[in-house]
Amino acid sequence: MTTTPIRGLGHPVKRKEDPRFIRGKGTYVDDIKLPGMLYLDIVRSPYAHARIKRIDASKALAMPGVVDVITGAELEKAGLAWMPTLMSDRQMVLPTDRVVYYAQEVAAVVATDRYTAADAVLAVEVEYEPLTPVLDPFKALEPGAPLVRPDREQKTNHIWHWEAGDKEKTDRIFQEAQVVVSQDLYIPRIHVCSIETCGCVVNYDRATDKLTIWMTSQAPHAHRTVFSLVSGIPEHKIRIISPDIGGGFGGKVPVYPGYVIATYAALKLGKPIKWIEDRSENLQADTFARDYHIHAELAATRDGKIRAMRVHTVADHGAFDAAANPSKFPAGLFSVCTGSYDMEAAHVAVDGVYTNKPPGGVAYRCSFRVTEAVHTIERMVDILADELGMDPAEIRFKNFIRPEQFPYKSPTGWEYDSGNYPATLQKALDAIGYQELRREQAERRARGELMGIGISTFTEIVGAGPSHTFDILGIKMFDSAEIRVHPTGSAIVRIGVQTQGQGHETTFAQIVAEELGLPVENIIVEHGDTDTAPYGLGTYASRSTPTAGAATAVAARKIREKARLIAAHLLEVSPDDLEWRDYAFRVKGAPDRFKTMQEIAFAAYTNFPQGLEGGLEAVCYYDPPNLTFPFGAYVCVVDIDRGTGQVKVREFLAVDDCGTIINPMIVEGQIHGGLTMGLAPALFEEIVYDENGTMLTGTFMDYLLPTAMETPHWKTDKTVTPSPHHPLGAKGVGESPTIGAPPAIVNAVVDALSHLGVRHIDIPITPAKVYQILLEKGVAE
Amino acid sequence: MERVPIQLTVNGQPYQAEVEPRMLLVHFIRDVLNLTGTHIGCDTTSCGACTVLWDGRPVKSCTVFAVQADGGEIQTVEGLERDGQLHPVQEGFWEEHGLQCGFCTPGMIMTAVALLQENPDPSEEEIRKAIAGNLCRCTGYVNIVKAIQYAARKMRETAPATAGIAGGE
Ligand code: FES
Ligand code: FES
Repeated sequence: MTTTPIRGLGHPVKRKEDPRFIRGKGTYVDDIKLPGMLYLDIVRSPYAHARIKRIDASKALAMPGVVDVITGAELEKAGLAWMPTLMSDRQMVLPTDRVVYYAQEVAAVVATDRYTAADAVLAVEVEYEPLTPVLDPFKALEPGAPLVRPDREQKTNHIWHWEAGDKEKTDRIFQEAQVVVSQDLYIPRIHVCSIETCGCVVNYDRATDKLTIWMTSQAPHAHRTVFSLVSGIPEHKIRIISPDIGGGFGGKVPVYPGYVIATYAALKLGKPIKWIEDRSENLQADTFARDYHIHAELAATRDGKIRAMRVHTVADHGAFDAAANPSKFPAGLFSVCTGSYDMEAAHVAVDGVYTNKPPGGVAYRCSFRVTEAVHTIERMVDILADELGMDPAEIRFKNFIRPEQFPYKSPTGWEYDSGNYPATLQKALDAIGYQELRREQAERRARGELMGIGISTFTEIVGAGPSHTFDILGIKMFDSAEIRVHPTGSAIVRIGVQTQGQGHETTFAQIVAEELGLPVENIIVEHGDTDTAPYGLGTYASRSTPTAGAATAVAARKIREKARLIAAHLLEVSPDDLEWRDYAFRVKGAPDRFKTMQEIAFAAYTNFPQGLEGGLEAVCYYDPPNLTFPFGAYVCVVDIDRGTGQVKVREFLAVDDCGTIINPMIVEGQIHGGLTMGLAPALFEEIVYDENGTMLTGTFMDYLLPTAMETPHWKTDKTVTPSPHHPLGAKGVGESPTIGAPPAIVNAVVDALSHLGVRHIDIPITPAKVYQILLEKGVAE
Repeated sequence: MERVPIQLTVNGQPYQAEVEPRMLLVHFIRDVLNLTGTHIGCDTTSCGACTVLWDGRPVKSCTVFAVQADGGEIQTVEGLERDGQLHPVQEGFWEEHGLQCGFCTPGMIMTAVALLQENPDPSEEEIRKAIAGNLCRCTGYVNIVKAIQYAARKMRETAPATAGIAGGE
């Protein structure tokens, strides 16, 4: 047997990527420096909506060190003033005649260093004629509203209408329902704010005619294809390298104008170009998340059985529909909003609208629009409980999809793979001492104190996705892995997904270690370089483990099948007489006769049977048969300060079920991070515009990310319900907590105030908002 | 623009350079000295990704001009390892999974090093206060707190020899 432990699935293996990071030796995009490199900086619009009358770059161009100023007029000549978005819309790279959102790119300067470039940005003179901005999506739909996009054929701000479910059946149930509750919910515009902003370094090598782009990209292959299609440069002449990435969370999925302009400049000037946006640019102009105006209704029986759900949403997409969704899903997977509950029917409709705000509509550490869906159902269930005077836990137990109903077909057409919702909620309630907390709450209430307990029992939908339904610009959303075992029994794994902190270099090595019986330290994982990694769609929407994780397991199993033939040859038995057990091929009935993968690997290069190819490697492009459906039960306890309106999260317990766990340490870390990105929009974060469309929250001084002081000491636990269709049973976990936490927190705050007649509060629940409620209810101190 | 000569020690190494008076210390460290472990995450002194030690005290190097640091001693994350031996705080971050994307990590580590020099046995509350000027978007802070507690334990056990970092020997 091998003496070095394998440490495959289930081991808390310390991360392989950490030694470079803790030494400050990571390579992020801004760390790349090439000889002769020039710096690009961007002139941005001070108006949300304006006509550009004149751009005068002469003063800037006269400055020592300034090399070039690029405008939309120049890009137009090159056919690059516009670029396609991932949602079949188009987006300005640089404007030719008008700006349509605040901080939009207007021109770009190129200079010998970043300071000179920043000076030159101020020296570019732009004359604007301000136009009336359209900021409210409801007003945008009114007749006579100014047009955000006069370039389109359809002279309206309405982008698309999309629906799912059975409208007729749903309406019928609502008509005859004993109880109906309804609520407007606004889920505001927020921003992912990875601590590293976006940027790129572009190098065009004339000698080899090759374009290399180091880019903050969550999807380097897809970006390469887009770059090739837009520029006409053959795809093999483009190499995109996504080096170490300082957090993604969805914000590094879109193609931003800065990347395109930098590439144009590199080709034009024949010099390497660096473009790194600063935080204000990142917050003000890069893609946003959410911005859903939701009207939701539930129909139920008097004893609390939910019968149907009806939802209509107005989605503010800003000036271009540049959401990062699978192409057939303009509203993402929002229709999963029936959640963990069994009901007869549902109908969901969404209308997309243009406004004079930055484009986007990406995830914020969540699978496409699932946060919005989960927030809706988890709030609505609490509102129904309040209407009926039921306990929020009791109403959930009453309506859960039962374990024996899986695979469960939801009323909007999803097939949930597996789950055991009652067990997970029960575990959470027992662990936190739910009954005891309710007693404490009653006592505190009697003393005038405000304490609340909130529950969220969410279902997530990740792992896009099956190629029959999921594609991005026609590219099917499979994913890939390539494994090569070296003669001495170490291996290299290359994957089509890309890590931004999720720990792929460790977890994917663990998958191979488990499948091949090779020690995890002898396996290296590479990713993010389109010249070496197999084609994949990238890492977002918690899809890496469900797709590329599966591909890795399947590729390893292919290797094992070949290894069986070699082992049979070495042991001089028939392949059928061998079984794979305890990380070796053993002769059935004589388990002491075996060959380890290390021995087999050596033989694959030195002593393989006649008729078999040498070497030991395999590739898999995995097309998942279905999505995976992680779930969880979260309980949050809050105290509210009657003097300030401050909400304090006293305790938060997250019981997650993400199927089979590859590395429990990494899963727990993902949950901590996800919970914090659930806390953030629940209590702090919101992008706010004034009446002119100027962003008021464009820096970290006014857009509040939670620090260690606001973040509670998260408690986590788990149940394990493997996915029946994933080769490892794994489901993905990175985003569950971000979607599950906000409603748990809001439900807790509303619970603390429910005896005062409060039924709903929109996020973020700021102290000012709460204090206003306390004043109105006469309980402020 | 006119340039000003400066002299400073970074990770024990003396450096001389001529810089524009407006050059930020973080750009001097990253672009002139090519020590890219110190990161930039904002433009409002909010994130702490740029934290270094200046004469032993943690500062946000995006908010210090290089000329201000003239004559000073700077310590960056690259200077923590000694003779192939990780600093206990570095070790703690690895052991306790105190990092994910790693972008905030150098700044967090430097803040933690400074904290433990002053307070070898901080409570969780004191640790959270100390790192409140360092934003992390990935970890949710729980494991960062644990990483610093790990380092504190380790440094107390092996004190005084390896406690803290010797400035510019
Ligand atoms: S870069 Fe210095 S505090 Fe953010
Ligand atoms: S580890 Fe990514 S920001 Fe802290």
